[in-house]
Amino acid sequence: MSLALVRLDDRLIHGQVVVGWGQPLNAAFIVLVDDEVRGSEWEQDLYRMGVPPNMEVVFASLAEAERRLSEWQADDRTGILLAGDIDTMTALVAGSGGRIRQVNIGGVHHRAGRSERLRYVYLTDDEAAKLRHLASNGVLVSAQDVPTARAVPIGEFL
Amino acid sequence: MSEPLHGVVVSHAELAAALVVAVRAISGVDDVLIPVSNEGCDPKALAARIEAAIGGVPAVLFVDLPGGSCLTSAIRLAHGHADIAVVTGVNLAMLLDFVFHRDVSPAEAARRAVEAGGRAIRSPAA
Repeated sequence: MSLALVRLDDRLIHGQVVVGWGQPLNAAFIVLVDDEVRGSEWEQDLYRMGVPPNMEVVFASLAEAERRLSEWQADDRTGILLAGDIDTMTALVAGSGGRIRQVNIGGVHHRAGRSERLRYVYLTDDEAAKLRHLASNGVLVSAQDVPTARAVPIGEFL
Repeated sequence: MSEPLHGVVVSHAELAAALVVAVRAISGVDDVLIPVSNEGCDPKALAARIEAAIGGVPAVLFVDLPGGSCLTSAIRLAHGHADIAVVTGVNLAMLLDFVFHRDVSPAEAARRAVEAGGRAIRSPAA
């Protein structure tokens, strides 16, 4: 089944991912791509707390994710890949050689300089431009916090 | 203890606010519990909300789920602070017990909350 969901979400592993998406997808593993978390055992333990024991969690740096993406995509099990910030996601997609065709925006929340695009998507103009650039390269970018919500195409909010 | 503990209830959506209202309605005790919702928050924003609710005094953080954004933010704040304890799986029973037993350490209050909350989970014969 490989990676059924490639998601941008600044909360990383949390309820919407593990329960909201993980249950209907029957996800067997989550890949969390984040350089800071990859370097901290304590942070990794924190994120593991939210994951049931039958679900594997792989913590990867951006460089490791670029190297191992094919392996995860070829996995017989269903997986979810998460990145918490736009720069990590855009770099991962750019380095994937076209192997990531779809990006789900699950949550980018308010911060100084960002403006509301959707209830759960706040972006600076620079961040919006980076996402538009992804889409212009043929990646299907849409916002959808949970599976039961409508996937909102990037053209509707940017 | 120099001052009684206060509690911060951290949850998804409006659960925390509803629990605090219910505790007040049942116990008559006010100004002991502060609700915090993760609505619209990234981890930093949620941590800031929780920190403001703690207010620099000894506290117990009551979190809804044993994982996820509410818990990770709460644990980050409690890390290395003996005057802050964290309990997950918050329920009405543990909060009702807590508001009447606050003259203890945060760790003792957390231990007591686990017991009180756990005792409330049953499947009585119909």
